[in-house]
Amino acid sequence: MGKTNPQELYDKMRDQAQELVQAGKDKAQVFVGTATCGLAAGAQQVKENFVNEIEAKSLDAEVIEVGCLGHCYAEPLAVIAKPGFPPVCYGYLDEGLVHRLVEDFLAGDDPSYEYALAALERNDEFPTFEDFPRGVYEKKLILENCGFTDFSKIESYIANDGYSALAKALSEKPEQVLEEVKAANLRGRGGAGFPAGIKWEACVNGSGDEKYVICNADEGDPGAFMDRSILESDPHLVIEGMILCAFAVGSHQGYLYIRAEYPRAVKHVREAIEQAREKGLLGSSILGTDFSFDLEIFQGSGAFICGEATALVNSMEGKMGLPESRPPRLVEQGFRKKPTVLNNVKTFAYVPMIINRGAEWFKAIGTPESPGTAVFSLVGKINNTGLVEVPMGTTLRQLIEEVGDGLPNGREFKAVQIGGPSGGCLPQSSLDVPIDFDSLHEAGAIMGSGGLVVMDQDDCMVAVARYFLEFTQHESCGKCTFCRLGTKHMLDILTAITRGQGDAETLQLLKELSEDVRDGSLCNLGRTAPNPVLTTLKYFEDEYKAHIEEGRCPALVCRDLLLYYIEPPKCSKLCNVCVGSCPTEAIYTRDDGLKAIDQDKCVKCDNCRKACPPEYSAVIKLSPPVLPAEKERKAK
Amino acid sequence: MSEHITVNIDDQEIKARPGDKLLWAALENNIYIPHLCAIKEEKRPNSSCRLCFVEIEGVSRPVTACSRQVQEGMVVKTRSPQVDRLVKTAFELLLSDHNLNCRECPANRNCALQKIAKERGIKLKHNRLKPFNRTFELDDSPDEFALDRSRCVLCGQCVWADRVGAEAWIFGFAKRGIDRVLTTFNNLPLAELSCNECTLCVDACPVGALYYKKD
Repeated sequence: MGKTNPQELYDKMRDQAQELVQAGKDKAQVFVGTATCGLAAGAQQVKENFVNEIEAKSLDAEVIEVGCLGHCYAEPLAVIAKPGFPPVCYGYLDEGLVHRLVEDFLAGDDPSYEYALAALERNDEFPTFEDFPRGVYEKKLILENCGFTDFSKIESYIANDGYSALAKALSEKPEQVLEEVKAANLRGRGGAGFPAGIKWEACVNGSGDEKYVICNADEGDPGAFMDRSILESDPHLVIEGMILCAFAVGSHQGYLYIRAEYPRAVKHVREAIEQAREKGLLGSSILGTDFSFDLEIFQGSGAFICGEATALVNSMEGKMGLPESRPPRLVEQGFRKKPTVLNNVKTFAYVPMIINRGAEWFKAIGTPESPGTAVFSLVGKINNTGLVEVPMGTTLRQLIEEVGDGLPNGREFKAVQIGGPSGGCLPQSSLDVPIDFDSLHEAGAIMGSGGLVVMDQDDCMVAVARYFLEFTQHESCGKCTFCRLGTKHMLDILTAITRGQGDAETLQLLKELSEDVRDGSLCNLGRTAPNPVLTTLKYFEDEYKAHIEEGRCPALVCRDLLLYYIEPPKCSKLCNVCVGSCPTEAIYTRDDGLKAIDQDKCVKCDNCRKACPPEYSAVIKLSPPVLPAEKERKAK
Repeated sequence: MSEHITVNIDDQEIKARPGDKLLWAALENNIYIPHLCAIKEEKRPNSSCRLCFVEIEGVSRPVTACSRQVQEGMVVKTRSPQVDRLVKTAFELLLSDHNLNCRECPANRNCALQKIAKERGIKLKHNRLKPFNRTFELDDSPDEFALDRSRCVLCGQCVWADRVGAEAWIFGFAKRGIDRVLTTFNNLPLAELSCNECTLCVDACPVGALYYKKD
């Protein structure tokens, strides 16, 4: 290298950053998780409480906002790091608990372990997250610093060796970055699992000097929020990954396509970009070298289809967000018809560590065909909802039972929906399927963006399929015949089935239509839209048949197929709760003092069932909607 | 360029220019493949009607002929059980959202849908799929022609003719999903726009959505 050595420049930068960060550690620090998930749970109030309490007591402590720790079930969360104690994480925070922690721990010397979730460093007093089953299975790579680093300060990232991969790469040749990513077999985390290295190489070979790198942060699956969390909690990780990619493929301009519904992610990334520019890590002559690359944010307007590569590019070019037929692929003709690399947030996030630690290290994690980790947002009927990262190859059972701590209140597992609206529902018998791109695909689901919804006996699989199809049908761009009309017909059929209409032929038509929409649609939205239907038809056909043949919804979900009934033997003359709860005055008192429901007035709102005191639990749902006639007659 | 390549379609050796799309190579050699949205001059095919499926040897699934370039030695079948199934479903899907009152349609006997039905032996009626029976306001504001959206198959031929042929930029598509519709600027009646009634769009319409008024 000519004038300056990027490594020397970087080392100086890191020393300064470490000094700054180290100086902060002399006093107590309170890290409050204020990513969108934390804020929704009340983290802003918790943060203010901390600030006020600390001020009131004139303590020498600093309150720092950090991102998402991934333990959503326990939000709002905070980590308190006080010199002389291991850093401890507390959950379920509220005003009272904050008061207590400030008084006892910050002002006093009692870490109040009874309220702690876990410690963050090994110590003799309190277990760490690694000591819990979740910690045993979890392996945090791209989430490693989420919730532990001050996203608003580039120094926190640099002090932790951030941008060292960039310094290392810039001291070498672009081909070495490419080779390392190729050798690592890093597969695209957007869902399809296409090897990133091969994509990048195709872009290198693309014509012309003008090339673009785009990060797809148009996360749109219901129930998926990992991309948002990473961008909010550790934006520099993604930025560094993108710079490395740009260096490898010879691009000078990149974009982050972030949906406008993620204002916090947009804000954090914007601030991060500015700070990176100030440090000379973005812009012209990065780290004193000849390499220049800059980043801009493009805010997507929330159309699900714009997560599809060609639609995303169209939308960036100011056109309607409609997909195009491929080939040509984006690496040949992408943004502004120039070779373009488009990768997911997570894909870019792996790059710095692959450059730093090498392809062999990366391949040692996960499975040979799907190296690395998988990030899931665990939601639904599961104890530990949250963001988890496990090595590829972990089974669904381990993920649900160990990492997620199983289903609450002894509920019985029924199915797990993986990969969002494009994914599939897998039953009990698929629980030992290892999580990797190929095994999931074989089972009928996809890795997708990593949404994972756990369902139990109270979830109707027909209604679930209908829900996801309603989503994709609503989000269909309408360009191609199969998706525009096919998903609408499928939705109409599913709606009819949830009403008990249809016959064996309807079911057959639904199946055929699903297969044809899968095989005939123009883009991947259409091609994957039938997955929830196809998998539920495959694994839960009985439930479809119960709806059609018996007019019965086994999970007691489909409203048209059930009625509410008050069981006289359980009902109490002394109780009137249900009467008041009914918004349509459908509940009346019988001559014998017990309550009954006028079915003509009942709108099946479920209020009475919720209101009925647990000692009676007299309100039940019946499906098919047939009253136990004799009982009724006798009572009258 | 005089250089030609040879493609085998349905056991027939045909010559095509490199870079040609398979659909046009076939059609020029009188090998029929159903299509509605394909426009020969358009560089990136629309690929939206999903009717021109063919099987290419070595490719696992049926693909659209409009989006595939011919390649030397390519072996293509325009019919196979898989292809026929996809074409039939796509066709039935289009019919389910199409005003099937052919007798009253000005395009009767000169309609791309009727041609596809005849060529592929698919019945021109609502079969497995319940018709949506949507109603649209008729735009008969121009002197020469009218637009009946209940017959529109969203192929985009009129949009292309309007933009590239006439350079009038009257037509476009609006809305998404099932609501996608052929629209005019600000959804105004044609007569209120800068339409000079060149009628290129009417000539381009493969069905009876844009049609000449009688008398």
